[in-house]
Amino acid sequence: MLTRTERNYIKRGLLFILPWLLGFLAFNLYPLLASFYYSFTSYNVLTLPEWIGFENYKELFFNDSLFLISLKNTLYYVVVAVPLYLVAGVFLAILLNLKVKGMSLLRTMFYIPSIVPIVATAILWRWIFNPQIGLMNALLNKVRLPSIGWLTDPFWAKPSLILMGLWGIGGGMVIYLAGLQDVPQDLYDAADVDGANWWQKTIKITIPMISPVIFFNLIMGIIGAFQYFTQAYIMTNGGPLNATLFYSLYLYQNAFTFFKMGYASAQAWILFIIVLLATVIVFKSSARFVFYQGGELK
Amino acid sequence: MKARKGYAYLTGRVLLHIFLYFLVLIFLLPFFWMVSTSLKTDEQLFIIPPQWIPNPIVFGHYKEAVSRIPYLLYLKNTLIICIVNIIGVLFSSMLVAYGFSKIPWRGRDIFFIIMLSTLMLPYQVTMIPIFIVFRKINWVGTFKPLTIPSFFGNAFYIFLLRQFFMTIPLELSDAAKIDGAGDLNILLNIILPLAKPAIATIALFTFISNWNDFLGPLIYLNDASRYTISLGLQQFQSAYDTQWQNLMAATTISIIPIIVIFFLAQKTFVEGITLTGIKG
Repeated sequence: MLTRTERNYIKRGLLFILPWLLGFLAFNLYPLLASFYYSFTSYNVLTLPEWIGFENYKELFFNDSLFLISLKNTLYYVVVAVPLYLVAGVFLAILLNLKVKGMSLLRTMFYIPSIVPIVATAILWRWIFNPQIGLMNALLNKVRLPSIGWLTDPFWAKPSLILMGLWGIGGGMVIYLAGLQDVPQDLYDAADVDGANWWQKTIKITIPMISPVIFFNLIMGIIGAFQYFTQAYIMTNGGPLNATLFYSLYLYQNAFTFFKMGYASAQAWILFIIVLLATVIVFKSSARFVFYQGGELK
Repeated sequence: MKARKGYAYLTGRVLLHIFLYFLVLIFLLPFFWMVSTSLKTDEQLFIIPPQWIPNPIVFGHYKEAVSRIPYLLYLKNTLIICIVNIIGVLFSSMLVAYGFSKIPWRGRDIFFIIMLSTLMLPYQVTMIPIFIVFRKINWVGTFKPLTIPSFFGNAFYIFLLRQFFMTIPLELSDAAKIDGAGDLNILLNIILPLAKPAIATIALFTFISNWNDFLGPLIYLNDASRYTISLGLQQFQSAYDTQWQNLMAATTISIIPIIVIFFLAQKTFVEGITLTGIKG
């Protein structure tokens, strides 16, 4: 039995979290279950959903080459871009944590591209990647390299988008910088006494000490990468030859261009399971590389 | 020995500066290219190698961009969405974060973990049923689907605020309780004044993320009179695909507000980043 005080606490607690609780039911739990149901139907919004069993899933895995291409493209992006941005962000943060002249100005300049609206970034970089008169090929030609069909060549399209994403690593960098500022100075002092050099200190002290922040960004980066949409929608719309048809783009097309809501819901649920699995795997392996100060999982 | 170490140290520092300043130039190059393009005539656009500083400079593309894109209208729409979201997010996050930090009730941790796990739920997974519901109640084409949900809490901001509330010692609120103050009173009079930096950060982040949002407006806004700046810019691009000077002028105009806000609120940004950096 709960005492009166305990019941009173529960009542007050629930009352305060009520907005979120309602939101959770309406915008998380209900849609999650509803899309599970829709995934077994054929549904075009205008007529009622029609139950078709596993047809959508069968079609996706065995009959829809575009779906498999979109899955492959997205995995490519996750595997290449997420680690690249992570390493580049940490590297830049470590350099900007050293004593550098004009440090705060430098940090600001590296950070600003990350707050530019994605649509603006996408349009700007479509121009930079222009094969005839774009900036990239002008720079290549300047060092006597041949032009590249950045967004028009199926081989280069994904690397081009990933390269563009490097422009935005300032967003991650500042989070790592904040983490670096929390590393206690006495650890470095102790290492100095032992005669450790800069590289040893970085590997043995800095990286382990900010590994929880890296870990959090890794998880969020993976989840975000599976949702990669706006840049591909604006810059290439899936082309050339479906080289940038990413998972979320193809899902969007099925849902809102072809109004195949049931089919797109099946895609959504597969995405949900993939993200869940990826998160669990990273979490499980994190014990080996994440160091929590005080030895406690927060 | 010491002199040699000093020499190596000095070389390292010089190289570090050269590297960082070179890199920052590369990071700024796209901005320069954008503005430079927007000031070029058609002939200058095709000159190879490109002219960095166009001669002569023409400002006509800005006039053209502004005359073809109803910027003030889009700006108004975007601001409405941003401001309502800020109100909604602050209202709901403060209440919920209080419930998750200052009231010791049974079951709190379970609900908190459920809330954190929703952070991992991709937008794409829930977007279809939500769209179908909003369509049934005739909200598609209005700002409601892009604003009303903010009043029901945002897991990430609740989390940030809750972490901040946790750092406020309970003794303060205990003392108030003895004086007979209710929860709302404690929240408004004791917690909130102390949580100002966290609240400013959340307001700022909400603003930026709504300002930059594209998929939401793309799905829900179908009438050009309700477009946001991002959606309007994208529509402008698909209509004037290769008019690069106009596109770059339009892009420049749409970036300026966010950069101005950044410099005005730089302190809040820095505090916010430290705040997001707390978690691990």
